[in-house]
Amino acid sequence: MNYIPSDLKVVGTRPIRPDGVEKVTGRAQFGADMRVAGMIWGKVLRSPHAHAKILSIDTSKAEKLPGVRAVVTSKDLPHIANEEAFVGEGPMNFRDLSRNCLAWDKALYEGHAIAAVAANSQAIADAAIALIDVKYEVLPYVIDVEDAMADNAPILHEDLFTAGVEPKPTKPSNIAKKVVFRKGDPDAGFKDADVIVEGRYTTQPVHQAYIEPHACVCSYNSDGQVTIYSSSQGHFMVRAYCAKLLGLNISNIRAVAMEIGGGFGGKTLVYLEPVAIALSKKSGRPVKMQMTRDEVFRASGPTSGATIEVKLGAKKDGTIVAAQEILKYQAGAFPGSPIGPGCMCGFAMYDIPNVDVVGYDVVSNRPKVAAYRAPGAPISSWAVECAVDDLARKLGVDPIALREQNGARNGTKTHYGPTHQNIGFLATLEAAKNHAHWKAPLKPGQGRGIACGFWFNIGGESSAGCHIAEDGTVVAVSGNPDIGGSRASIGMMVAEVLGVPAEKVRTIIPDTSSIGFSFLTGGSRVTFATGMAATQAAERVVEDLKRRAAQIWEIPVEAVEWKDGQAVPAGSNAGAFEPLDIAAIATKAGRTGGPIGAEVSLNAQGAGPGFGVHIVDVEVDHETGAVKILRYTAIQDVGKAIHPSYVEGQIQGGAAQGIGWALNEEYIYDKNGKMDNAGFLDYRVPVASDMPMIEAVMVEIPNPRHPFGARGVGEVPIIPPMAAIGNAIRSATGLRMHDLPMSPPKVRAALDAVAPKMAAE
Amino acid sequence: MSKHHVSATINGESVEFLCETQQTLLDTLRDEIGLTGSKEGCASGDCGACSVIVDGKLMCSCLILACEMDGSTITTIEGIAQGDHLHPIQQKFLEHAALQCGFCTPGLIVASKALLDENPNPTEEEARYWLAGNLCRCTGYDKVIRAVMDAASVMRGEKAA
Amino acid sequence: MPTLNYAAPTSVDDAVKLLAGSSGLAKVLSGGTDLLVQLRSGRLKPELIVDTKKIPGIIGISGSAEAGFTIGAATPGAVVEAHAGLNKAWPGVVEALDLIGSTQIQGRCSLAGNLCNASPAADSVPALFAAAAIAVVVGPNGRREVPVEQIPIAPGRTSLAKGEFILEFKLPPRPAHSSDAYLRFIPRTEMDIAVVGCGISLTLDANGTCTAARVSLGAVAPTVLLVQAAADALIGHKLDADTLAKLDAAAQAACKPIDDKRGTIVYRTKVAGVLARRVAAIAFDRAAGKPVVHTH
Repeated sequence: MNYIPSDLKVVGTRPIRPDGVEKVTGRAQFGADMRVAGMIWGKVLRSPHAHAKILSIDTSKAEKLPGVRAVVTSKDLPHIANEEAFVGEGPMNFRDLSRNCLAWDKALYEGHAIAAVAANSQAIADAAIALIDVKYEVLPYVIDVEDAMADNAPILHEDLFTAGVEPKPTKPSNIAKKVVFRKGDPDAGFKDADVIVEGRYTTQPVHQAYIEPHACVCSYNSDGQVTIYSSSQGHFMVRAYCAKLLGLNISNIRAVAMEIGGGFGGKTLVYLEPVAIALSKKSGRPVKMQMTRDEVFRASGPTSGATIEVKLGAKKDGTIVAAQEILKYQAGAFPGSPIGPGCMCGFAMYDIPNVDVVGYDVVSNRPKVAAYRAPGAPISSWAVECAVDDLARKLGVDPIALREQNGARNGTKTHYGPTHQNIGFLATLEAAKNHAHWKAPLKPGQGRGIACGFWFNIGGESSAGCHIAEDGTVVAVSGNPDIGGSRASIGMMVAEVLGVPAEKVRTIIPDTSSIGFSFLTGGSRVTFATGMAATQAAERVVEDLKRRAAQIWEIPVEAVEWKDGQAVPAGSNAGAFEPLDIAAIATKAGRTGGPIGAEVSLNAQGAGPGFGVHIVDVEVDHETGAVKILRYTAIQDVGKAIHPSYVEGQIQGGAAQGIGWALNEEYIYDKNGKMDNAGFLDYRVPVASDMPMIEAVMVEIPNPRHPFGARGVGEVPIIPPMAAIGNAIRSATGLRMHDLPMSPPKVRAALDAVAPKMAAE
Repeated sequence: MSKHHVSATINGESVEFLCETQQTLLDTLRDEIGLTGSKEGCASGDCGACSVIVDGKLMCSCLILACEMDGSTITTIEGIAQGDHLHPIQQKFLEHAALQCGFCTPGLIVASKALLDENPNPTEEEARYWLAGNLCRCTGYDKVIRAVMDAASVMRGEKAA
Repeated sequence: MPTLNYAAPTSVDDAVKLLAGSSGLAKVLSGGTDLLVQLRSGRLKPELIVDTKKIPGIIGISGSAEAGFTIGAATPGAVVEAHAGLNKAWPGVVEALDLIGSTQIQGRCSLAGNLCNASPAADSVPALFAAAAIAVVVGPNGRREVPVEQIPIAPGRTSLAKGEFILEFKLPPRPAHSSDAYLRFIPRTEMDIAVVGCGISLTLDANGTCTAARVSLGAVAPTVLLVQAAADALIGHKLDADTLAKLDAAAQAACKPIDDKRGTIVYRTKVAGVLARRVAAIAFDRAAGKPVVHTH
């Protein structure tokens, strides 16, 4: 059923989230809060070298330390063949994942897990780690993406040959894959262009920087049954990956989703759980592991750093006739950068007849990248949106007008294949153009920038349920860990269908043995896909409630209507009965067929793409190069906001992460290939005093493929900020910054380069 | 050396515990006393998720040795609500949706309470600087600051809760 | 595993005996905001921690602008910031201490800890140098008074002998028309270590001409610097463009920074000059009694 034009009573309101009170009182249980009887502590020994052959690992001294109960290395995990499968946001090579959890023959980055210990206390485990003797042969390493692509680069994997090129290469390479998207005739398009802009841009790896470090408690029983308590973006993902990595039956693993303290894509992989299971198996005890912040930075996935070359060609009238992008993304130590979405998203906002996009997935001696909010898209759009701004300047037109002229609309065929349907890009641009921020005057020295973002959004496999308790109250169950309020949105959709207030529905996340499979929480899919499953489950319950009412009234089910949470006779012909509410029907459930409830598992299709337009005002301190964000407005097509406060929250949070990416966040390496800023002191995420209020403007162009019109909203808002700020800096100073982050030393150096006199003044 | 015996008042109750020298107050709260509301995000005083109030001053419990706490009065997130009556700051965090994942929330609420205890009428800028030691990666701080400012007006009696 | 001992002595003598008598590394705990991080990371492996906070007088502020203030070495930043007399006479010292870390850190951090951690980027140290503060050091050989600029000798190293610690700081009597200021540059608005810090304390005559000045720079050399040439650029001059240009040049000339994750040599040197100018302008205004809006 589709509720889009309906008069909605719950959807679109702002009730208090079901898990709210326990989170403001400190009672919510996150990964590291879990304790079980007999639990011992696990710790990981990590490589001090960026690239080294592991000659030997002697664990004998560690094993003899009193209180140590188990030591494991990769030899304690099954040897896995080079095999790809789809369980995460992209294809996963389980051999690589296993090697990332515990290194095989080589340490591929500083921080790479080499061995692990379980002991009676954290202190003993730490002491035991120091007693493990690893002999390394240190190898030359490579950090930068273009260095890694060079002919003479140190090779990470002797068996890695570039995919996507013909003929198949005979020499191993750090280039794992080449991706090409081509539309029309790009060469002819550029020949036909009156105006061309081009630029080369770079980004550094940035971390998701969730505040909760990875943590788990794992218990392996001698009968092969395993229980995992961990915080992740998908307990079904954890279950499947652990089964694969340890050679266990999936059904023998029960994964419990603890509350998750932020993920942003970074908790779509396993790091600790397989190791903890191996330690538990060896020690016969449940094992708890938690990363330090230092380990989170050194050993869990940031997103790629990259270089991007972009070129746009336009006619004098502003029509963009050709576009080219060459993207080189760091994957970290194993293949799997988000190069695909990077290649897809940069130009997907525009209707361009001739497009040439080439992308490279490149390994280097850094931690394996993990997904980060709209994986790949922010990097690509950083370059493209700066180029569009340059084009507007060169043509002398308004940057919104140029985007309106060339913007994708319904029926536009993207360069990567799909044709846009039911999209709201032009409406979003219109809202930006009409917003007071866009028209507000600027003071001297200030600058304003605008940039856009696109994310395709995903659906996928989801399970959800709806159960009527004996007193008529409602339990909704969702197969997806809730990382930002999805329990609220799912409960609200169920309440809307049932016609009850949101407070009557309690939504929980059952373990993997208590609900059907659900793909992980990522790609902004849960409110869309799992919400669709929950809506259908609630609809089945309504059908059942109507059937029960018909039975009680002894009239045909067709003669019963469901209205405002009650069964009522459908018109006077049906008879005269007092309405039956859910409680009245529930108390008679035993006599009308037993418990009332439904669970729906589906594979949701038709996730509507999302578009965002961000406007930012900055002030640049010419003497220090510091950029201050003065005002920020983020406009986005959200389809239909189920719980508007949490939609705004997604937009604000994504924008804040983008602001950090733009101005200060980066992985810094020393001359030995070691990360030099693995802590919140020097990995500088935005703090409260760095930020203005972020005005989130929701444009609602319903997605007809979702019962309430929802689109994923979490990914889009991290895409525009970098270019919006870069464009604002250009507007304030005349400078085009090409390298992220646009940190004070870089801005000052750029200012000095164009005005050498200023430094002397 | 044997363990230290420490007597302190935690959330209004007398508590005695044993600890080793290197155990931080955070370790002790979480692992010995069972108060896991204070979170470890960094263990270096950079994230504020472990914020507690000790003898009236806001501190990071990861930067305090538990053995220093003999005779101290400590308030953790578990002590902010009065029974099942939420503190106005907690209530406003819920109403404003000032939390997403909720991991930084205990620290933010404790820090906000310390702010409003000391300065009942902060400007937005004062609130932002006071809370700069509490990292939140989900919200961009917008709704957090709104919740704190709104709670302040309720606590001043200018606005009904 | 090695054990770590802890003691919280209640007298100077007991503290000195503990520190001097320790066979391994003994560390003083005042605020602990650096010490605990170093313990946790394994950078420091002491055998004994001596918590000095129970020693009478080590927390608290006494004295006056005219007679000079005494600040207990372990007095938390938050207590210093709440002291009206210090705010009036030594706003630069107060704002420098205030800039160390977050509100949470302010609840614990101390001048002695900031000085004895011996980081060239410590925020309160340039202000103390500029203020000509005296550290009162106690130890096995009794009590001695040491100019603060003689305490740090290299990154992480001080001139204190085994068994010695700082009991209190003395700020000198303040002549009329005197004030000070401190600014640091950081990439964010809070929570960072200074890329460059600058503290200036000065005295003006009735016409606004500088008669005495001390200029100190942080994070541009292995230790915090006291820059006489920069002070000389101010002494005998009013706050004008020429004076500021000379100050800027003198400050830049004194820099011997390194390239690291927090800043480059070129950048730090330029910003040292920028900050010196900005700090001097604030200190001149304050000394002349002009209102200075305190912003973060």
